[in-house]
Amino acid sequence: MTMAECKPRGPCSGCACESEEAVVKKREGFEDEALVVKKGEGGEEEDEEDEREEDVSAAAVNGVVDVERLLQELVDLTRSLLAEEVLDQQFTQLQQLQDESNPEFVLEVVSLFFEDSERLLEELTEFLAQDPIDYVAVDAHVHQLKGSSSSIGAQKVKTVCIKFRKCCEEEDREGCQKCLEQVKQEFSVVKNKLEHMFELEQKILAAGGSLPYPEEEEY
Amino acid sequence: MELLMELSSKMTTNNYPVSQKRFAAAISSIPEAHVLAVDDSIVDRKLIEGLLKTSLYKVTAVDSALKALEFLGVRDGCSTSLRPNASQVNLIITDYCMPGMTGYDLLKAIKDSTALREIPVVVMSSENSPNRIESCLKEGAEEFLIKPVKISDVKRLWSYIRNPTKAPCSGSGETLGPSPICSKRKVGSLEGLQVKSNPESQPCLNGVIVA
Repeated sequence: MTMAECKPRGPCSGCACESEEAVVKKREGFEDEALVVKKGEGGEEEDEEDEREEDVSAAAVNGVVDVERLLQELVDLTRSLLAEEVLDQQFTQLQQLQDESNPEFVLEVVSLFFEDSERLLEELTEFLAQDPIDYVAVDAHVHQLKGSSSSIGAQKVKTVCIKFRKCCEEEDREGCQKCLEQVKQEFSVVKNKLEHMFELEQKILAAGGSLPYPEEEEY
Repeated sequence: MELLMELSSKMTTNNYPVSQKRFAAAISSIPEAHVLAVDDSIVDRKLIEGLLKTSLYKVTAVDSALKALEFLGVRDGCSTSLRPNASQVNLIITDYCMPGMTGYDLLKAIKDSTALREIPVVVMSSENSPNRIESCLKEGAEEFLIKPVKISDVKRLWSYIRNPTKAPCSGSGETLGPSPICSKRKVGSLEGLQVKSNPESQPCLNGVIVA
């Protein structure tokens, strides 16, 4: 099979076009600088290639394909979280702050958010179990949770916190209970999704790929 | 062949794209400025550190207004012998809502101090309250930022730091004349203010100590 005839939808396993074929890795809005990928020119002959180079290229292409799959999964996950408003553009700000001098910035901030939120949610559970409820203290906790969720871009958590604060203002016990359940639920969702995102990122880096983080914009 | 070599070299290089801004800044002649950040939220302290460091500021982050004053060498509203720290701080950025001493109280304490009043202060808050904004500006804050703080907010902070290598005060704590650092005071005016629309506006829970 020649280059012209081979039109694989997935990884090409059989023909000689493997060694030249690479996939363009330009994601919408993202530029992947370190991971190679240029489209090979169709129709180029590989008569000059020897076997050793073909082996290296096959291994390299398989590596690239794994990374490609992982990157696609990561990009799809990020896009869906933004579309579903689980995360908002503030999360993108965090990603823009991550660079070679601060390579785990997002993970660090988000980890602090997880710990801090878990503490706040435990304390809120205790407060709401009391009788009478200290609504001022509850509101102060929700205010903190709202602030930190806003800072990392956890939009749904923040939205529930806004509703929660209204229930505190109205001293609505049942409303507060419902909001607590909802905020725990939303927190659990964003935590699971972000943990999955970090796992994907680790796999990509381990496979020699690079993270498709948005470039810092010029303001 | 060329493509293969490029492929293998790219796969072994640094996994993170070099920030263009950092590169440009590294080769520029912008001097380093020291910012004191004050916020009781651990998440926000981490965020503000990240935001400031990306603009090549040196950052000291503390979790309360009292600790900020200690760092600056002021106790009980009086200047003690001025610590070297104070003379090295080029900007203070503080949260408004903090338990105990608020960011507004801190702003007032700084502007009431002959040793510290020339240090520009920026206040941050999640609440978009015109009264709060106006009172901070009247008290001498350079700007009032609505949280969450973004990269674009931080990039503007340079305009408040006229001379990063110059100490705002002398070591002896004498009152100095007007400093170029505070040439941009917005008193009683909301002009040029960073205000974003926020449908929620709640009073700050001053004085509530949260465990």
